[in-house]
Amino acid sequence: MSTPDVDVVVVGAGPAGSCAAIVAARAGLSVVLLERGPFPGSKNMYGGVVYPRILDGLIPNWWEEAPIQRWVTRRSTMLLTDTQALTVDFRSEAWGQPPYNGATAFRPDWDHWLASHAEAAGAQLLTDTTVVGLLRDAGGAVTGVRTDRPDGDLTARVVIACDGVNSFLAKEAGLYEHTDAKHFTLGVKETLALPKEVIDERFAVRERHGVDIEILGGTGKVNGGGFLYTGLDTLAVGVVLKLPKLAAQQQRPEQIIAGLKQHPAIAPLVQGAELKEYSAHLIPEAGLTMMPKMTMPGMLVAGDAAALCLAAGIWLEGVNFAMASGMYAAEAAVEAVQKGDTSATGLAGYQRRLSDTFVLKDHRKLRRAPELVLSDRVQHLYPTMVANVVERMFHVDNPNPKPGVRRILDQERRKAGVRRRDLLRDGWTGFRSFG
Amino acid sequence: MNDHIISFQERMDTAEFRVHHQAHIVVDGKVCADCSTRECVIACPANLFVPTSDGGIVFNYEQCFECGTCYIVCNREGAISWHYPEGGHGVVFRRT
Repeated sequence: MSTPDVDVVVVGAGPAGSCAAIVAARAGLSVVLLERGPFPGSKNMYGGVVYPRILDGLIPNWWEEAPIQRWVTRRSTMLLTDTQALTVDFRSEAWGQPPYNGATAFRPDWDHWLASHAEAAGAQLLTDTTVVGLLRDAGGAVTGVRTDRPDGDLTARVVIACDGVNSFLAKEAGLYEHTDAKHFTLGVKETLALPKEVIDERFAVRERHGVDIEILGGTGKVNGGGFLYTGLDTLAVGVVLKLPKLAAQQQRPEQIIAGLKQHPAIAPLVQGAELKEYSAHLIPEAGLTMMPKMTMPGMLVAGDAAALCLAAGIWLEGVNFAMASGMYAAEAAVEAVQKGDTSATGLAGYQRRLSDTFVLKDHRKLRRAPELVLSDRVQHLYPTMVANVVERMFHVDNPNPKPGVRRILDQERRKAGVRRRDLLRDGWTGFRSFG
Repeated sequence: MNDHIISFQERMDTAEFRVHHQAHIVVDGKVCADCSTRECVIACPANLFVPTSDGGIVFNYEQCFECGTCYIVCNREGAISWHYPEGGHGVVFRRT
């Protein structure tokens, strides 16, 4: 066999790919990082919050240089019906100081920044380059990739596929058993311009402090969720929609955002803000249920390409899972290259690292959460039931005396058409997942 | 509320697209002709799939977010062929 062009080819300069390239290049391997867009991050969008603590070991004091918009110091979870809103609002000064917790950031900024660290580590970044297929040997092992450049074949000891939610590489290699629309949600977002002072006043924050609002019940008949995040002088408002439901309900994505923006609890927050950019992206929503095989001879799969995205209602994370899985994939690739064994056995360190860390531990713990959160009862029955219970608790209906909470709960449960058995079962599933 | 209501085209014009002359989406009109559910028409966030009066579908690829929703919601085998645009082309989300 001829000598490969490089030790490692990383496909996709998103958070997974750049972290993989940083680790592999720092270990002394020759690394090419391929990006199909004109710059890293140009194809990427998400709601807007990143949890970067996994970078502590990779980029010490990352918070001094990372291109963040605001540090999330206020987190709200909102339950909406057409005319009601119930909000749990938490704020912490600690989240506004190093090492921080969550931050709002734009992916074109964030991904571009991470890729610059990969280049600084010695990886060669090639933009404007789409990978169109895998190169494989007679035994099926991956030996490189084919790009759309002239003479664009690139051979490598290990390919790390970080090619995103549509991962044509993982599909081509047969690592996904099947692709099912119900495993995906569509995220659509409006980035709105609003002066910083107006945002600070409207959301009661200061300096670089910001707000993360997660919304259940604001997506009409389509199962999903909404979000509203503060950038420095922008707002991100959007919805995440379950694909089969979206197609069936005859309601278009931008109409659902418009509906959310008109809700009496949301409208005053976004009033007067002008559309700066409309964007959309798919989310691998189903967690463990949809995850592919992530290791094969000569190739590892990381980030969204491996469905390593946590969509568990109150926890919505993806970039941190991508960064971690990219790092672990590269650590395993380094071991394999050093041993001279890039077979599935040689690359087994990847799966072990995923299993031993939050990457798969969180997914295992929350394996029932995505389905529960997007279920018809949680989406369409519980918000009304809960909001009505709260409304009746605080509604002073004199001369009538206050009814007992248990009675209200039972009446509202029946009014909403929720069977006690289902409520208990969902409560138990939720408790086992989130407890 | 007197916020300006924008048209769909104005909405799409807020995003940047570097259009390649070759389409990265191909729709087989013969397969679509007897599809009554038309998932792509509703779900595509860029509204690229438009039904025609004679029961067909016309599609655009120029202002595509490259999300993949269309081919994933479509339940007709072979109706939508979809791949990434040529390197450097397609949607370019904005840096600040």
